[in-house]
Amino acid sequence: MEKPLTEHIREDRRPFSLKEYEKVGGYEALRKVMKGMSPKSIVDLVKDSNLRGRGGAGFSTGLKWSFVPQNNSKPKYLIANADEMEPGTFKDRILLECTPHQLIEGMILSAFAIQADQSFVFLRWAYHNAADAIHEAIHEAYSAGYLGKNILGSGYDLDMHLHTGVGRYMCGEETALLNSLEGKRAIPRAKPPFPQISGLFGKPTIVNNVETLCNIPHIINKGSDWFHKLSLTQDTGTKIFGVSGKVKKPGAWELPLGITMRELINEYAGGMQDGLKFKGALPGGASVEFLVEEHLDVKLDYTSVAAAGSRLGTGTLIILDDKTCPVGFVQNLEYFFAQESCGFCTPCREGLPWVSKILSSIDEGAGREEDMKLLEFHTKYLGPGNTFCALAPGAMAPLQSAIKYFRKDFEQHIHEQKCPWK
Amino acid sequence: MLTTDEKNEIEKAISIVPIRKSACIEALKVVQHHRRWISDESLKDVAAYMEMSPEELDSVATFYNLLFRRPVGRHIILVCDSISCWVMGYEKIRDHLTQKLGIRFGETTPDDRFTLLPNCCLGTCDTAPALMIDKDLYKNVTIEQLDEILQKYS
Repeated sequence: MEKPLTEHIREDRRPFSLKEYEKVGGYEALRKVMKGMSPKSIVDLVKDSNLRGRGGAGFSTGLKWSFVPQNNSKPKYLIANADEMEPGTFKDRILLECTPHQLIEGMILSAFAIQADQSFVFLRWAYHNAADAIHEAIHEAYSAGYLGKNILGSGYDLDMHLHTGVGRYMCGEETALLNSLEGKRAIPRAKPPFPQISGLFGKPTIVNNVETLCNIPHIINKGSDWFHKLSLTQDTGTKIFGVSGKVKKPGAWELPLGITMRELINEYAGGMQDGLKFKGALPGGASVEFLVEEHLDVKLDYTSVAAAGSRLGTGTLIILDDKTCPVGFVQNLEYFFAQESCGFCTPCREGLPWVSKILSSIDEGAGREEDMKLLEFHTKYLGPGNTFCALAPGAMAPLQSAIKYFRKDFEQHIHEQKCPWK
Repeated sequence: MLTTDEKNEIEKAISIVPIRKSACIEALKVVQHHRRWISDESLKDVAAYMEMSPEELDSVATFYNLLFRRPVGRHIILVCDSISCWVMGYEKIRDHLTQKLGIRFGETTPDDRFTLLPNCCLGTCDTAPALMIDKDLYKNVTIEQLDEILQKYS
């Protein structure tokens, strides 16, 4: 089983230096491209590979790139979204801390494909080790002639900067990220115009997730057919999957897309802790729908998880066990979303705290019969199409699916006027 | 007044963006790094330097969780309260800290040693519960370890 993204991660988790990275084929893809691949041929190759964005939305990377106007206007921007802040998600951290040059090479190649001349790593503030690793790696890449003017004698110029954020979940949304990078409040922008046309400082901009970018050097080295063969299903490539919650061995593993949830939990995460049963899981961060026992054999890829009524999202499972209160679980999520709402649009700013308060009162034994209807009202009116961005609809995903699968537990709280788990 | 060091660091940030005030978050970070927090006076100085109104800059400063517009202690304790840590028992960690330090979330100990803050997912969910003190991340935290951890910070 191939693990292109993580095979060279050192056991001690120290970052891979430039020399170590070059020894295992690092920057070979960049040399290949600079010797004479056209930007368009890279876009076509990545389109053929069917690589889908690993940040959560799963949009075709090659297609996204193809929307950037093909002209010589400057500047154009390429941004690595390294603002990993989705609760339950800890996959990009591994790549950032352990293989910084893989990200940088992926960024240079992607920047070349869209003919960007400026690039940024938008890094989450909390990732201090990653900041040190990326800072050092950018410096090494400049010294080696992989960044700066006339890269490897090709005539292509690219600058790269590291920007560390100051903490706000909204910064992960790509247009809010652009506002933050411009020194503004991280509120989302209207689309269209899409960032590919008018992004950072009004210039064409591509924002890609860290894991997405790390795939690019491998696709260029080994081709799109190879990338297709990595997975077990129609969605191509590997994915860094994670499991957290009360399993025996929580962790993250690079595995083919299309392994089942059951395999991931039992074979990699060691199964549930003794005495606990699997009740449900969020398959990809906080803003996706629950999957439950009947879904254990669902293949973990974008298409299959969507068919099961959820989203693969970030691919990091959060497990709900039978000894953990599902109402408390959802209350924790909704409180998070209420706190992190940017406040820019009214339904999200007012609706999420309302939802959070209702859930708190149910959890504390003060729930009323009509609360279930109120919660269901919110899942519709904070759902897709009623708010400015995807934050509130994302917040409603675990709530509406929890009501669907765990309604009895909600009702028991209300009837007994207490949390049965306490 | 901004110091020469602060100005030099802010200038570096300004040099990579096409519009001066786009570096304002970096400028606030610089000032917070040197002064622990951003007072009204610091905010006015930064605004003048960035050619912004204090109101415009404050709208940015008050938006971000980790720009401090109130005084903080010498060490910042960030306790992850997101879902994986909640499942793994973050509440016990929180309760122990509030009891031990005698402060609630958002408060600073009278000796100025610690400020205690809740924090969103620290991205280390496989080793929950987690907390961070200054730049140090602590994983799989137990109540038994907490006292020992706190002793490292004076």
